[in-house]
Amino acid sequence: MKVAYWPGCVSRGFTPELHGSMAQVAPKLGIELVELDRACCTGAGVIAEHNQELADTLNARTFALAQQELAKGADLMMNICSTCQGAQSESQERLDANKVYRDHVNETLAKENLTYQQGIANKNFLWMLVEDYGLDKLKEKVVKPLTGLKVGPFYGCYIVRPADRLGIDDENPRDSYLSLVIEALGGTVIDYAGSHKCCGFPIITMKKEASLTMAARNLGDAQDADADCIVTPCPLCHLNLDLQQPIAAKLTPKPLNMPVLHLPQLVGLALGLSPKEIGLNKHVVKPTAVVDWSTSVIAGVGAEGGGW
Amino acid sequence: MDTRKPAQDFTLRIRRYDPDSGEAPYWDEHTVTLEPHRSVLEGLLQAKAKYDGSIGVRCSCRAAICGSCGVRINDKPGLACHTHLEEALKRSKDGKITVEPMGNMPVIKDLIVDMDAVHWKKINRVTPWLIGKTPVPEREYVVDRVSMVDVTQTMACIQCGACVSDCLSMEVDPGFIGPAALAKAYRFVGDPRDAEQQQRLKDLAEDPNGIYNCTHCFKCVEACPKGVAPMNQIMRLRRRAGSDHHIDDRNNGHRHEAAFVTLVKQGGLLHEAELLPRSYGGDSWFGKFAPKAGAELVSSLPVITKAVLRRKVNPKLALVPHKIPKQDVKAVREIFDTIGSREERYELNLYVVGDDKDLEQPVAGAVEDRSTT
Ligand code: SF4
Ligand code: SF4
Ligand code: SF4
Ligand code: SF4
Ligand code: FES
Repeated sequence: MKVAYWPGCVSRGFTPELHGSMAQVAPKLGIELVELDRACCTGAGVIAEHNQELADTLNARTFALAQQELAKGADLMMNICSTCQGAQSESQERLDANKVYRDHVNETLAKENLTYQQGIANKNFLWMLVEDYGLDKLKEKVVKPLTGLKVGPFYGCYIVRPADRLGIDDENPRDSYLSLVIEALGGTVIDYAGSHKCCGFPIITMKKEASLTMAARNLGDAQDADADCIVTPCPLCHLNLDLQQPIAAKLTPKPLNMPVLHLPQLVGLALGLSPKEIGLNKHVVKPTAVVDWSTSVIAGVGAEGGGW
Repeated sequence: MDTRKPAQDFTLRIRRYDPDSGEAPYWDEHTVTLEPHRSVLEGLLQAKAKYDGSIGVRCSCRAAICGSCGVRINDKPGLACHTHLEEALKRSKDGKITVEPMGNMPVIKDLIVDMDAVHWKKINRVTPWLIGKTPVPEREYVVDRVSMVDVTQTMACIQCGACVSDCLSMEVDPGFIGPAALAKAYRFVGDPRDAEQQQRLKDLAEDPNGIYNCTHCFKCVEACPKGVAPMNQIMRLRRRAGSDHHIDDRNNGHRHEAAFVTLVKQGGLLHEAELLPRSYGGDSWFGKFAPKAGAELVSSLPVITKAVLRRKVNPKLALVPHKIPKQDVKAVREIFDTIGSREERYELNLYVVGDDKDLEQPVAGAVEDRSTT
């Protein structure tokens, strides 16, 4: 399987362990990543807030670059960031809906000889795993089932709302895919109140206290539900939930200590990668419970472990 | 032939609470018999008539127009009169339809919440009436079609409060003006006949609980039974306040947006390490040395240090931005310049134009023109 891969800015910048773990996991799954290294930031909804046509044109450019890869045999376009998915889906909805608008945007892209053709398949790694790769195939690749590991899914807003734009319906319950993946990897899904709420990141520079209160409540909910860790398909959620957790913790009466894993990291663990290979050592909140679990299982299968 | 399905049993699990009683909330279950296409409201009314007259529920039109029957059904907001029992049952986890009062507002009794205390107070906050331009024209104010259809989207609001009930920002910050009131504000900001657009925008940008307090979670968009999409209206308010009127707000919203746009223009990718200080200081290389940026940096120092020690944040990466190849940066900048230099800003409002499916032939002018000044 080959995908036109859009990693996003944050996975390469502030959360390098995300891009890194994806690069480790892909070959294990037999997925070839063709990085769209000429594409630019999706705008995260912020550029659209400044000028909608600008955001749509930048995203149309990325889609056009991806379509060149699709023409060369890639199966679909893939990202590893909920926020990118949200911003890209929003642009795509507008571009696909109206030919006059699409032509207008393509006129701007013509200088580079690029054209966006209506209807690109662009999916987050999470969607791709379930819909294109398949959970049965994923199960076959698991060498170290996450048995006994209690994982709380955290989706982030942009990958679950609005449902119609994101293709969520009875047939494609994308808003419960994280649970399906956790189960396929052999882990225990922890249901908690905050799993589909907002991490607060978009207002971190505008209303820090409100932003971090959101993060703290979600983390606290997962902790109360007895999760060993949270898993998220969004690096921006990771920034508020992990990087900012020590500050967020000051906003709740209870002490917080909740590890937050990126989705490829969780998959990587079950595929037998060591905690260090997938960058678990880079987290602000040490994923001690996860590493202890991993080390004990590794001891069981005799692979190399620990050392993080 | 009558294709309607025969009546069947539906079990409603209703959250009961009477704050005056001094007792804790509890769940109450009743089984009603109705045709599947009947509404949850009819189910509630049957339960009330047949089993327990004390169930508190509010309704009026029973036709999705008055907005009084807003509740949460199986954890999702909705109008009880506009949700079929069959649909509700499909979404239930255990074969019982759960009905709760809306969130973010105090409960008066059972399913009835105090709309005055939250929703109407906030609506009143935004001066919810048109302030006409003078001189008053002799016959009528003439408004172009697109502008009118555009504000029709916010006029479709039936004041049910579902968006307020679900707003995640309001959940942690009850002071936030919130989705319904801001959508209402756009109803006048977007109306070419209103004389106070600039003043309205300035007011909502300078209020610390105003337009920049929305976390962009799409909850209100999903909650709204009328397609008002309050968040989209908030983004339009921001676009007008920031891009058109250059209003500096209290919460760094405009600076944050400007810095984001500048940084992506410069490198093609976002340089996160610059974004934070510039959002506080100002949108330039010097911005990060502004006192406000410095203060923020000092308060974040423990976190940054930890991140650097754990090698999450690489100091070299933090100082030197990651970029896309040179010729692509150039192409991206050209896109910024081309679109930025236009006299008019193009916006596609799907509510206004529909989509290809609706149009036999795409209509020229379906793209909305907006003057930038
Ligand atoms: S995550 Fe944000 S910053 Fe990164 S690419 Fe997507 S939009 Fe740009
Ligand atoms: S919403 Fe209006 S029409 Fe519907 S019941 Fe209430 S008052 Fe009557
Ligand atoms: S998008 Fe903004 S206004 Fe709407 S629910 Fe979320 S925070 Fe509230
Ligand atoms: S915007 Fe929609 S959800 Fe909010 S009050 Fe109006 S109709 Fe109800
Ligand atoms: S009773 Fe009027 S909207 Fe439901």
